[in-house]
Amino acid sequence: MQSPITDPSGAEPLIEFDRVDKSFGDLKVLDKLNFRVDPGERVTLIGPSGSGKTTILRLLMTLEKVTPTADPETEGGVIYVEGKPYSHMEKGGKLVPASERWLRQRRSRVGMVFQQFNLFPNMKVLRNVTEAQVHVAGRSKAEAEAKAGELLELVGLSEKADEYPARLSGGQQQRVAIARALAMDPDILLLDEVTSALDPELVADVLAVLRDVAETTSITMLCVTHEMGFARDVSNRVLMFDNGQIVEQGAPEAIFSEPQEARTQDFLRAVLAE
Amino acid sequence: MDFQAVIESLPRYGEPLLVTIGVTVASAALALVLAFTLGLMTGSRRLAVRTPARVFVEFFRGSSVVVQLFWFAFAMPVVLGIQFDYLIVAGIIALGFNYGAYSSEVVRGAIAAVPKGQLEAATALNLTPSQKMRLVVLPQAWPEMIPSLCAFAIMLLKASALVSVIGILDITWLAGLLGKQPGQDRLLHYGVVLVIYFILAWLIWTGMRALERKAKRGLGIDAKPAKGRLAPAVAEGGAL
Repeated sequence: MQSPITDPSGAEPLIEFDRVDKSFGDLKVLDKLNFRVDPGERVTLIGPSGSGKTTILRLLMTLEKVTPTADPETEGGVIYVEGKPYSHMEKGGKLVPASERWLRQRRSRVGMVFQQFNLFPNMKVLRNVTEAQVHVAGRSKAEAEAKAGELLELVGLSEKADEYPARLSGGQQQRVAIARALAMDPDILLLDEVTSALDPELVADVLAVLRDVAETTSITMLCVTHEMGFARDVSNRVLMFDNGQIVEQGAPEAIFSEPQEARTQDFLRAVLAE
Repeated sequence: MDFQAVIESLPRYGEPLLVTIGVTVASAALALVLAFTLGLMTGSRRLAVRTPARVFVEFFRGSSVVVQLFWFAFAMPVVLGIQFDYLIVAGIIALGFNYGAYSSEVVRGAIAAVPKGQLEAATALNLTPSQKMRLVVLPQAWPEMIPSLCAFAIMLLKASALVSVIGILDITWLAGLLGKQPGQDRLLHYGVVLVIYFILAWLIWTGMRALERKAKRGLGIDAKPAKGRLAPAVAEGGAL
C-alpha cells in the first residue's frame, strides 16, 4: 500500500507523516500532523517544550505508538517510511497498527541518540558499540570490533574503549552513544536534544562530531535541538513547531533571519536571548 | 556450669550442623531459582504470565512456614500421593518455596528500577525483549538485588531451625536434646548454637559483600577509587 500523498516533484519521501495524531491521555501532542522528509535531508525541529518535537522522534523510533484512527485508509494517522507503512502494517488489505514483529523488522534502519546518553553502564565502551552489531546485525565479533574501532576514532575516543561509561564525562558518553547508533548503519538518525544535558564546555565536541557525520555521510538526520548555530550549519530545513502543528518551515537562513510567523519570532528571540 | 560436658559433646553437633548447612544451601538455591522465575513472571506485561506467579507468591508469603513444612512433609503424601524418600527434601522445598516467593519481590523490584532510558536505548538498537533482559536489564538489576537477597539468605539460615518440627535433627533441636541430659547445661548448649548461627550468618554476609563488590565493579563503580585515577570531570578537562 503506497502512501496516499503524491509528491509533485515525483521524488519519493523517506519519511512521511500522514495526518498523525498522538495523545497522552487528554493531552493532544500531535494534531493531524503532516510532514515529510526526503532521503539525505537534515531536518531540525525547533519550538517550545511540549510542542511535540521529541514525540516525532519517539514515534519514528517506535518508542511511542501513534494514536489509532478508526479508518487509516481515509482518515490517515499513519507514518510511512520508504513509501511503506511504518506505524501500521497491512493485514487483509487493510492497515492495522503494527505488531512488535513488524516494528522490529522496520525499525532496524533507524537509530537514535538520546538526551541522557543511555549508554549501558554494565558494558565497557567498546562493548556498548559492538553489542547490537553482534546480537542484532549478526556480525562477527572481529567485524564488530573493527567497526567500533573506526567509529570510536571518529568520535575521538579510541583510548576510552576499555573504560566503563561511569568513568566518562557526559560529553564523552554522548560521543560514544553517537558511535553506538552509527555502528548499526542507520539510514535515519534521530537526535533528541543531544547536547541539552551537557555542561556548556562539553557541547562543542559533541556538535563537532555530528557536523563531521553530516559532512561525511548521507544519513538522513532529524534533530531536535536548542543549538541554533548547529541547526543553521547542518540542516537543510528547519521546522518550527507549536501545539503539535508545524507553524512555519523553510531553509535555516530564512527561518533564522526572517521568520514570518509571530510565534517563531517570539521563540527565536527567547532562545537567542538565553 | 559444666563446660567439660559441653565440650565433650561438641562432636555430636557435626551431623546436625551438616543438616543446618545443607538445608540452608539447598533451599537458598531453590529460592534463588524461584525468585528469578517468579520475579520475571510477576513483572511481565502479560496477564496470563503474571497472574499464576502472583497467586503463587501471595500464597506462600501469606501462609505460615511451619504449616507449609507440615503440609509438604505429611499432608502431600496423603493428599497427592507424593512421598519424599527423605523428609529433609520436604523441608528444603517448603523453605525454598517460601523464601523464593519473598525474594521474587526483590528481583521484580530491582528489574523495575532499571531506568526506562536503558530499555529505550535497547529498543533503538533493535534488541529483542529477551536480549534486553539478558544483556541490559539483569546485569544492572543484579547488584541492586544482592543486599536484600543477602538479608533473606540469613533469615533462611535462621528459619532452617524450623525443620525440626517435621522431625529433622538440626543444631537447634540437638541443643535442646543435649541440654536436657543429666550433667549438661542447657544454656551453654544454646550458647553454642547461637555462636554457630552467628558464624554461618557472617560467612553468608562476607560472601555476599564480595559478590556485591564484584557486581559493582562490573558497572564501573569501584568501592574504593583506584589509585592515580582522575575524577571524570578532571579527565575530560585534560582531554580538551
